[in-house]
Amino acid sequence: MTMAPEEPKVEVPEGHVKLTVDGEEVIAPKGELLIRTAERLGTVVPRFCDHPLLDPAGACRQCLVEVEMGGRPMPKPQASCTMTVADGMVVKTQRTSPVADKAQQGVMELLLINHPLDCPICDKGGECPLQNQAMAHGRPESRFRDKKRTFPKPLPISTQVLLDRERCVLCQRCTRFSAQIAGDPFIELLERGAHQQIGTAETADVLDMASRTSSGKPFQSYFSGNTIQICPVGALTSAQYRFRSRPFDLVSSPSVCEHCSSGCAERTDFRRGKVMRKLAGEDPEVNEEWVCDKGRFAFRYATASDRIRTPLVRNAETGELEEASWTQALRAAAEGLAKARDGKGAAVLSGGRSTVEDAYSYAKFARVALRTNDIDFRARAHSAEELDFLGSRVVGTGPENGVTFHALEHAPLVLCVAFEPEEEAPAVFLRLRKGARNRGTQVVHIGQWTTPAVDRTFGELLACVPGAEASAVEGIAQHAPDLDESLRAEGAVVLVGERAAEVPGLFTALHRLAERTGARLAWIPRRAGERGAVEVGALPTLLPGGRAVTDAAARTEVEQVWGLAEGALPAEPGRDTTGILTALVAGELDGLVVGGVDPNDLPDPALAREALAAAGFVVSLEMRPSGVTDHADVVLPIAPVDEKAGSFLNWEGRHREFPVSLEGTGALPDCRVLDTLGVEMDADLFTQTPAAAAGDFARLAVKGTFTASDAVKVPFTAAPDVPHQQAATPGAGQAVLATWRQLIDDGSLLIDEPHLAGTARAVVARMSAATAEGLGGHVTVSTDRGSISLPIVVADLPDGVVWLPGNSPGSKVRATLGAGHGSVVSIAAGGAR
Amino acid sequence: MGIFDPVKGFGVTFGMMFKKVITEEYPEIGAPAAPRYHGRHQLNRHPDGLEKCVGCELCAWACPADAIFVEGGDNTEDERFSPGERYGMDYQINYLRCIGCGLCVEACPTRSLTMINFYELADDDRQKLIYTKEDLLAPLLPGMEQPPHPMRLGDDEQDYYVNGPELARGRGVPSGETVETSEEKAVQ
Repeated sequence: MTMAPEEPKVEVPEGHVKLTVDGEEVIAPKGELLIRTAERLGTVVPRFCDHPLLDPAGACRQCLVEVEMGGRPMPKPQASCTMTVADGMVVKTQRTSPVADKAQQGVMELLLINHPLDCPICDKGGECPLQNQAMAHGRPESRFRDKKRTFPKPLPISTQVLLDRERCVLCQRCTRFSAQIAGDPFIELLERGAHQQIGTAETADVLDMASRTSSGKPFQSYFSGNTIQICPVGALTSAQYRFRSRPFDLVSSPSVCEHCSSGCAERTDFRRGKVMRKLAGEDPEVNEEWVCDKGRFAFRYATASDRIRTPLVRNAETGELEEASWTQALRAAAEGLAKARDGKGAAVLSGGRSTVEDAYSYAKFARVALRTNDIDFRARAHSAEELDFLGSRVVGTGPENGVTFHALEHAPLVLCVAFEPEEEAPAVFLRLRKGARNRGTQVVHIGQWTTPAVDRTFGELLACVPGAEASAVEGIAQHAPDLDESLRAEGAVVLVGERAAEVPGLFTALHRLAERTGARLAWIPRRAGERGAVEVGALPTLLPGGRAVTDAAARTEVEQVWGLAEGALPAEPGRDTTGILTALVAGELDGLVVGGVDPNDLPDPALAREALAAAGFVVSLEMRPSGVTDHADVVLPIAPVDEKAGSFLNWEGRHREFPVSLEGTGALPDCRVLDTLGVEMDADLFTQTPAAAAGDFARLAVKGTFTASDAVKVPFTAAPDVPHQQAATPGAGQAVLATWRQLIDDGSLLIDEPHLAGTARAVVARMSAATAEGLGGHVTVSTDRGSISLPIVVADLPDGVVWLPGNSPGSKVRATLGAGHGSVVSIAAGGAR
Repeated sequence: MGIFDPVKGFGVTFGMMFKKVITEEYPEIGAPAAPRYHGRHQLNRHPDGLEKCVGCELCAWACPADAIFVEGGDNTEDERFSPGERYGMDYQINYLRCIGCGLCVEACPTRSLTMINFYELADDDRQKLIYTKEDLLAPLLPGMEQPPHPMRLGDDEQDYYVNGPELARGRGVPSGETVETSEEKAVQ
């Protein structure tokens, strides 16, 4: 008698259950959805509404499977995207169950009843889940003989997002994304039954006449592009990509967003040497599957008609910039810079948008070719205190020892100081919201008013007068003991933004707070290249790898790696951005190399212009004409990120490498231009290519010297120690200015994007009801430089404070007022503009 | 080998003189191709002159030789080239690559792309063999109007597609023929 071989007993681990899927026994963690269990086994159950990052909805009913519980089959097929696994469950998907297969085909037939035959003209055609699954699981013939339900189309729900209600299968991915992930519930399900449709508050009133109303309250969200990407049919399409190309035309290349310091993974799709669209890439550690609209839609600056494509040299006689060959231009630049260097000296302003490799080349060029420490990447308000902070608490941190996106999501408390997450780093905002929503992370903002980000991170606002943030942080122990207690909890995080440089004493206060409570501190700059520029030493006090300029041993180390003679590196700390500009005006510097800096971003635009005019010799590495090229003696064109390889360091210190998307355009990256310029000046930078620059920098990068425990105490330079100051007190007819930039504004990387510009937030001045009293709805904010007139929106600001968007149409605070966050400005009733 | 064999050969030649001549006088007289010959492409028009092409690129997708390039465009109220939302903004066929297989014609969802019998596709300049939309568009027949112009035959694209044959009759296309075939004849 033969015995069946005994089946090996599989132990079911704690928290797991055993079930059978398609006749195969499988162990799954409790709470896992059936659709994922099947997917792990290699069976893809068709689905539309299911998305791993959204809450289950069971809206489309496409994922029906047959389920048997405790030996009793369920009477009808069940939606596998909403049902969790259970012990002893027997699941049959369409692979083994004719019932499930028939049910899926039936659902597909119902979904297709009202779906128009738009595939040839639909942007989703070719990459459409509905199209694919209709081919895979649908019936070849339609039995529907009646008239399809039609709607006028397309219906613009914002200038960027177009809605086609006929194509919609009501999966609710977009509405769930808006409500759960972004928290902008502007797009909703309307009506009932057969009339159910997606719409906005505006479309609800007009329904069938909706296509005529594009005004009113649009679907205003910084994340609306994600709804387009996750739409499983072509119901939501983007105005920018409308009819531009087909998936099979496109060549895709992985890329990294060049806008904010989050370093979101993206996919760049291009056709015939032109970028057609960018999509969110998938990186669970960073952006998950989302990107903000700026990262998704703002890329046409690189194809602007005024892009500089050949070197320009200023004709000494006519004073005009004239096209020149690279050889001529580089020779002219090298001669001028060498003369300036050997005269009073030359400095470098490298801007905050360079890749790590380019920033490193600027840092090395300043030290090796110009023999100076006068280099600063900070094209914004800055302070010496910030320099100390960057050197002591930022350099050398990375995902292994610093704060990460993951840490934000899992933190018990996140304190945002002088940082507006949604406007400055949208991916950080999404993580904060995710943590707050799913894990109850407490988010506290020290700012001026309850911004949408405060609301949507379920946050708490500690309002203070601009400039008083430092006192507020110092006062946490006395005035908010519970917050102080929470900051001592394991994993608590403090985030600080670029605005902190405008508040004297804030970095010191934060440093002390972190020391006292043990909370982890992270600096989140607004621009993509700033974190990397700190690391590579594009600062007057730091050499690459966070080595202090004043440290003789560090200098020797760098000299050896760079192959310089001993003592070749200058030992004195250089000038910062304002120092460089002042020195140029005072005639203490002759030459200037500028890479991607807009004078209007600098703390004092008037000083910057004066300095550029006064400078003996200016070399500008630019993509498009700017306030710098107007004064430049030589303009060298450089490549936008799509046309070069490189990497960014995001705010976590995570290396975000990207390959070149558009090859062979002939545009050169900054590192290559500087390398050749260096050769002309008899200085070898060894940064011919981004790879070479990265290799050169790797020999100087900080590696593995920290452990997680001492991550926050990197004693490179002295910790910042600046006493906090009292905030300015406004007199009668005056107010303290609070200002920061909105995500979608007049930034130079946002040009040529009319659809995106339409989704910008309203440009208004905000102030408290008491401050607004007697101003009559319209305010004119002025300084001795100029004035800005805007309509007033009353918000919960402290009295005597006015908030203006930093660089939006009609409100360019730096350029017009020459003022910044914390300045005292005059306010008066303004006439209607 | 017989004695008359050399003469037999002349006999064959002599006999041919009384048979029908199959040589064609090309190019003097021309040689019409078979009715369904896969010749040059044509982009057809609706009876009012609007283009049938919607720029969907399915022809380019189907093309095994990658000879077709299409770029879609957005019809606006002021500038309408086809009924509906989308039109073919740029359309190019590279006849250096085209193998005349006709898969593009099968793929066309609006019957915009058809092939006519014209086969004289040779040139001494490679550039000239990339035919653009202007070269490929069907000629304007009587009653047609050069786009851009508004939809003359209905309120939306559905009217054009659903009532296509009736509209064609209304515009004087004889029964049993389509706009395409009558255009083809006009070209010839």
